[in-house]
Amino acid sequence: MNLLPAAAGARVIALGEYQPANVVTNDDLAERVETSDEWIQSRVGIKERRIAGPDDSVVSMGAAAGGKALAASGLAPADIDLVIVATCTLVDQIPNAAARVSARLGIEAPGAFDVNAACAGFCYGLGLAADSVRAGSAHNVLVIGSEKLSDWLDWEDRSTCVIFADGAGAAVVTAAETPGIGPVVWGSSGDRADKIYLRDDKYLYQEGQAVFRWATTELNAVAAEALRRAGVEPEQLTAFVPHQANLRIVEAIARKLGAPQAIIARDIVTAGNTSSASVPLALSRMSGRGELPSGSLVLTMGFGAGLTYSAQVLEIP
Amino acid sequence: MAHTEQEILDGLGEIIDEIAGVSASEVTPEKSFVDDLDIDSLSMVEIAVAAQDKFGVEIPDDQLKDLKTVQDVINFIQK
Repeated sequence: MNLLPAAAGARVIALGEYQPANVVTNDDLAERVETSDEWIQSRVGIKERRIAGPDDSVVSMGAAAGGKALAASGLAPADIDLVIVATCTLVDQIPNAAARVSARLGIEAPGAFDVNAACAGFCYGLGLAADSVRAGSAHNVLVIGSEKLSDWLDWEDRSTCVIFADGAGAAVVTAAETPGIGPVVWGSSGDRADKIYLRDDKYLYQEGQAVFRWATTELNAVAAEALRRAGVEPEQLTAFVPHQANLRIVEAIARKLGAPQAIIARDIVTAGNTSSASVPLALSRMSGRGELPSGSLVLTMGFGAGLTYSAQVLEIP
Repeated sequence: MAHTEQEILDGLGEIIDEIAGVSASEVTPEKSFVDDLDIDSLSMVEIAVAAQDKFGVEIPDDQLKDLKTVQDVINFIQK
């Protein structure tokens, strides 16, 4: 049996993002549930978030973000031979989002599948994309995180509806002589599946304190392992882009990272928690603002329901 | 290793100062975390984790919610 020729490495060559136009402020939410701008900002760090309009879906937002990444890559739709959509909020599960996104972008006959690793999904997808390219099973991969959390929120529940939001981010991954995506460190803890789940099969629910304790005590080891496997020292990082779960979780992990020089992604402040979309959304927005120069090293890490987690180092295109 | 009440109080004062920015001198046994020290539930988790590192006593989330005052935490750690 033959194997395909392997690529030396894989790298991200372009990023893209999409956010719904509809801005929802903390004051807007305070009109619906008993909360306040001060409470939300101090507990989760969010000032405003975007909520999908009637024309925004997981598929449409994913296609919009993916289309921008594809345009920025300089590749043609025909060059893409694998499309991966990380999502955990697709209401109409069949057919998958990846095939529908591909059709919208004019990408013909790619491998197309969705990944559900909750808020860790994009980092899982990026790991799969890099491994597929290295193994030769794909040449150019479009990886997307797209989420419409607003379909799964109880708008009477002030502990969740103030946190979650909608959006999408995307990256194009291709073969490279020198690796631009480090080894993925992924794992899960299914014995704690009851910490984040769908209540009554329809409303996202989480045990905030338990999730906070897990994220702030166990995830630094995952971050350190991703750096170790990539052979990158914390001092070499230009930025740390973790899942935008809660600003206090982001800052607690960042404090223990040993990378005081690194820019810490605080995209949650204006984007909310968009689950698997939050990492590529933050990357794309930070890159767009010029905060991530070409060639700089960034540590990405997703974590969420499962519990699942995934991290890797990547080089900015 | 058993800790005296004063050792625990001093240790909690340092932890609360660092995590919540409340001066250690404010941290006295009768103080309520929520009402007197303005410490919220997430900071309580951070304090519990730091206290575990310092005193070797785990404070699970389901018991943390019953610890209302500084004295409650001291009693829990000494127990």
